[in-house]
Amino acid sequence: MHLVVCVKQAPDTEALIKLKPDGSGIEEAGIKWVMNPYDEYAVEEALRLKEKNGGDVTIVSLGPARAMESIRTALAMGADKGIHISDPSLDRADAFVAASALAAAIKSLPHDIILCGQRAIDDDSGQVGSILAELLGVPQLTIIMKLEVAGGVAKAVKAIEGAQVVLESALPCVVTAQKGLNEPRYASLPGIMKAKKKPVDVKNAAALGISVEQKARIIKMMPPPQRAAGKIIQGDDPEAKARELVRLLREEAKVI
Amino acid sequence: MAQEVWIVAEQRDGVLRKVSFEIASAARRIADELQTDVAAVLLGSGVSALAGALGKYGVDTVYVADGPVFQNYTTEAYAAAVAKIVKEKDPAILLLPASVQGKDLSSRLVGKLATGMASDCTELRIENGKLVARRPMYAAKCFADVVIDGTPQMASLRPNVFAAVEMPKAGTAVAFDAAIDPASLKTKVLEIQKESGGKVELTEANVIVSGGRGMKGPENYALIEELAAVLGAAVGASRAAVDAGWRPQTDQVGQTGKTVSPNLYVACGISGAIQHLAGMSSSKVIVAINKDPDAPIFAKADYGVVDDLFKVVPEITKAAKELME
Ligand SMILES: Cc1cc2nc3c(=O)[nH]c(=O)nc-3n(C[C@H](O)[C@H](O)[C@H](O)COP(=O)(O)OP(=O)(O)OC[C@H]3O[C@@H](n4cnc5c(N)ncnc54)[C@H](O)[C@@H]3O)c2cc1C
Ligand SMILES: Nc1ncnc2c1ncn2[C@@H]1O[C@H](COP(=O)(O)O)[C@@H](O)[C@H]1O
Repeated sequence: MHLVVCVKQAPDTEALIKLKPDGSGIEEAGIKWVMNPYDEYAVEEALRLKEKNGGDVTIVSLGPARAMESIRTALAMGADKGIHISDPSLDRADAFVAASALAAAIKSLPHDIILCGQRAIDDDSGQVGSILAELLGVPQLTIIMKLEVAGGVAKAVKAIEGAQVVLESALPCVVTAQKGLNEPRYASLPGIMKAKKKPVDVKNAAALGISVEQKARIIKMMPPPQRAAGKIIQGDDPEAKARELVRLLREEAKVI
Repeated sequence: MAQEVWIVAEQRDGVLRKVSFEIASAARRIADELQTDVAAVLLGSGVSALAGALGKYGVDTVYVADGPVFQNYTTEAYAAAVAKIVKEKDPAILLLPASVQGKDLSSRLVGKLATGMASDCTELRIENGKLVARRPMYAAKCFADVVIDGTPQMASLRPNVFAAVEMPKAGTAVAFDAAIDPASLKTKVLEIQKESGGKVELTEANVIVSGGRGMKGPENYALIEELAAVLGAAVGASRAAVDAGWRPQTDQVGQTGKTVSPNLYVACGISGAIQHLAGMSSSKVIVAINKDPDAPIFAKADYGVVDDLFKVVPEITKAAKELME
């Protein structure tokens, strides 16, 4: 079974995000970069599918030079090879451009299942997996919490509002990973050593034959709205404090 | 006349979801600014009669594809149907809910229509005749204003953020043939397992009471559930509580859980880690109950009670119950 995983490097969840003074983007200095957490679930799931069915796992990442670190992390977890799409013209790729680049790279690979994260925690857009599926002309199973593959079909469970849905799809298909899908493994020391020797192809936009215009454009970034300072309800008596809280929620905040 | 503003309405089991009225209202406001009409696309089986209900929230025309192939949502059938009518009528703006279904459908449509989308938006405005959508990024550590250079200009809107405002229009239903061959579909819905007993969905709830590691064990969530019952609230949890196996994954609020925007969020025994704040910082009013006065949650809270939650929460339940009666 040929498995492909799209991995994006993103700021660590703890990272402070500072904006450039002109609001054109974020200051990258000092940020610790990690593999997008949802992509860890995608890599883990691919590795488990390979362990069960045989085959190979290819990691594809679009990003600047540093994105190679996330590819190496995935190789250290057990993936077989990588493709690093690196091109300054793609540094500000929107979802459509990113998916176009990934699709161009994946088209030339054998693929039964393509795994993505359900969302990248930098742009928080949650679009690339579906656009990629459309560009590859394959079905999609998104925000998946459980996956079983047998007899050429993928069976998946996803949570919707107030219910769980069991879906079935023919292969090849795109699956986007949600937390709960699995518990990602850590890279072992031998894994890290081996990863250094695994092949990673570096490709630019010309090599992939893509020239796609960005379609979603950020015109300005700004800090989040400030919240007014809160009130700590003083006192020693839990009952009195509870009553005061309930009064404030009714009379001042008017939310109950 | 300027090109229209469109929405894709969401229904389940023949009932329009509240978020459909929220996006209809948002579309109406924008369309009025652009002096154009609002149309909705509605897909389902036996749903034609719902057009009138959309009209109440400002929709002029409802394009309905009604048939068994749309009984349950599938990406393939729904995306093909919406793309077909959108290509034919060429609206300027297309809005969808950022619900679970809306996220799946809208992103597939971005691919089919080869356009761009601002996802999970919290504000919309018109500038020089173009849509400007504001959305959180980096787990709401910053916001961005986004314009779409493709057609239609797409945005998905976060549930529970845009007000549903009644603004009666005709809501005339126009049937269209989506021409979907059921045999061609590569995915199918095998089963839908509904959660038992009228649970309030977190992403749609007006009030949420959440418990974290401070709850000490799954059995103590009865305290949270009692308060939630009095307030008509949904129950949420921190990742610590979910990973400990005390609460299901679907209850998790935060960066790797749900993003919620209730009017009131009550955090009990939750420290307020940045990843938790990522999921609930757009709540209108935040209450924190924590015995540690230095817990970071207090920096975000509108109202804080520093005390043992096991003493305070039952008293809040009692006081709220008296108030409600
Ligand atoms: C990649 C990544 C993603 C993550 N995603 C999420 C996410 O989506 N959601 C999320 O919540 N977390 C997430 N986390 C985890 C997050 O960093 C915190 O570990 C987690 O939120 C802590 O949960 P907690 O507040 O319940 O527990 P703790 O941080 O342990 O806090 C418990 C609090 O309870 C208080 N307390 C204890 N006893 C009592 C009592 N009797 N009365 C009153 N107060 C009491 C304590 O003072 C403390 O403040 C993520 C972490 C990572 C690395
Ligand atoms: N630059 C990228 N390189 C590789 N994969 C990506 C990239 N951008 C997005 N993806 C994949 O698409 C998923 C969703 O991303 P997004 O639509 O940006 O939220 C991610 O979890 C990745 O699996």
